[in-house]
Amino acid sequence: MIRLLQNIGSNTIDQIWRLGAGARLFGLTLISSAESIRRPRLVTKEVYATGVLSLVIISVSAFFVGMVLALQGYHTLQKYGSSEAIGVLVALALVRELGPVVTALLFAGRAGTAITAEIGLMKATEQLSAMEMMAVSPISRVVAPRFWAGVIALPLLAALFSMIGILGGYLVAVPLIGVDEGAFWSQMQANVDWQFDIVNGVIKSVVFGVACTMIALFEGYDAPPTAEGVSRATTRTVVTSSLAVLALDFALTSFMII
Amino acid sequence: MTQNIVEIDKLSFGYNRKLLHKGITMSFPRGKVVAIMGGSGTGKTTLLRLIGGQFKPKAGEVRVDGQVVHKQDREGMYQLRRKMGMLFQQGALFTDLSVFDNVAFPMRELTDLPETMIRDLVLMKLNAVGLRGAHDMMPTELSGGMARRVALARAIALDPDIILYDEPFAGLDPISMAVTCDLIRTLNDALGVTSIVVTHDVEETFSFADYIYFVADGVVAAEGTPDDLRNSTLPFVHQFVHGEKDGPVPFHYAAGDYKDQLLGPDA
Ligand SMILES: Nc1ncnc2c1ncn2[C@@H]1O[C@H](COP(=O)(O)OP(=O)(O)O)[C@@H](O)[C@H]1O
Ligand SMILES: [Mg+2]
Repeated sequence: MIRLLQNIGSNTIDQIWRLGAGARLFGLTLISSAESIRRPRLVTKEVYATGVLSLVIISVSAFFVGMVLALQGYHTLQKYGSSEAIGVLVALALVRELGPVVTALLFAGRAGTAITAEIGLMKATEQLSAMEMMAVSPISRVVAPRFWAGVIALPLLAALFSMIGILGGYLVAVPLIGVDEGAFWSQMQANVDWQFDIVNGVIKSVVFGVACTMIALFEGYDAPPTAEGVSRATTRTVVTSSLAVLALDFALTSFMII
Repeated sequence: MTQNIVEIDKLSFGYNRKLLHKGITMSFPRGKVVAIMGGSGTGKTTLLRLIGGQFKPKAGEVRVDGQVVHKQDREGMYQLRRKMGMLFQQGALFTDLSVFDNVAFPMRELTDLPETMIRDLVLMKLNAVGLRGAHDMMPTELSGGMARRVALARAIALDPDIILYDEPFAGLDPISMAVTCDLIRTLNDALGVTSIVVTHDVEETFSFADYIYFVADGVVAAEGTPDDLRNSTLPFVHQFVHGEKDGPVPFHYAAGDYKDQLLGPDA
């Protein structure tokens, strides 16, 4: 019994400590960003690593998500005789929710784990120490460029996700099911609001970009410098990022809708 | 200009409550090769990192060029580190950069030299370690000994006054070992630097070091020139130099009674 309480206590302290350490790294990253601004090539290189290499998984998933949305949506909407509204349904679901959220979840699994493993291994093989001993700050040189790359890449990927998802929905709704093409697009155009839907979706994806990238960087930077430590950190990146994305999504949505 | 470029003064340090170093005093005269020897896990790597200012001592201090390392601000610390080049145990080459870019890294990050001059300097440094021909290889394509030499070229990229070597011989074949040995001595004399070599290879160390410190249990257990130490009657030094498995440093890690534990109720 006392053991149990002790465990709960020490785990709580541990988690709070990690939260603080993560926040500290976040702050350090922000104030060490001058280098990334002065040398944009450092960032573009990482945008390639995190963004471009996630393109395939993002596009394929988006296509399927869009098709499923159209199938499910049609099934329900036709009961009420409003199957032309399917374009609106697909677009709103993607732009407001599924685009940012699913992209962030896939991003955590594809790019986040890669970041954690890379930084963890750089630490385990003393590359970060070596940099420090050369009077080069690993935070400005390694952490900050990856952070900004993630923050740039995720909104772009989310936009792409929505676009390809809508294309997938179109292919199912119009050629396959036979919904009127004009109604599909015009209803979508009339009912998707720039400020309320699109801008809010972009805000979400930027916030998710900050959260996912920072979690991945922190887990790598904080990992014990062993093979086991790095592999655990990689797992934790996926778990923590996913939970953070879903919780943040709830919080952001409630602010945006009310 | 002080005569000793690095001085360690009654230094105590531990990662947690348990102290790893309990009042170590050493001095490293300019232009000499000084070796620090001791068993695995006695905190030799940590000692090098303390010299580089990566940790703060619990007590005592390290002085480099007369300046107390842990009292420097960020800028001062970076100034001090520019005087040092460190060769890490496994090389610590940046795995995403080629051999050339690894050696060029400190020059590109810390100087405003034009790219043509960097090119010449990198090739010179690589030539000094005999690996000019490997300039476009990636670190993963190198053998252990070659990686170590590239790392050495990187450590001397900005002409440091002090070179810190962390177990430069560990895991090398006999030929690479002899090459590295030679290289340390040659670089030291040709560049006029001070070399601090952490190692536990007795033969090699005794053949090239000017002065040797033995570390055990967090203190300096013995020190002297190789000749002094070879003839030393201190039991600890005798055990280490002759590689005997039992002696003042016991084979068994401290444990309870063997018979009790085997026959005991819950072992
Ligand atoms: N960053 C660290 N945090 C906590 N403990 C460490 C760290 N680095 C090393 N240690 C521990 O300190 C001890 C000495 O390590 P080290 O200086 O690497 O010894 P050596 O190089 O002599 O083998 C070891 O027990 C090691 O586990
Ligand atoms: Mg070591």
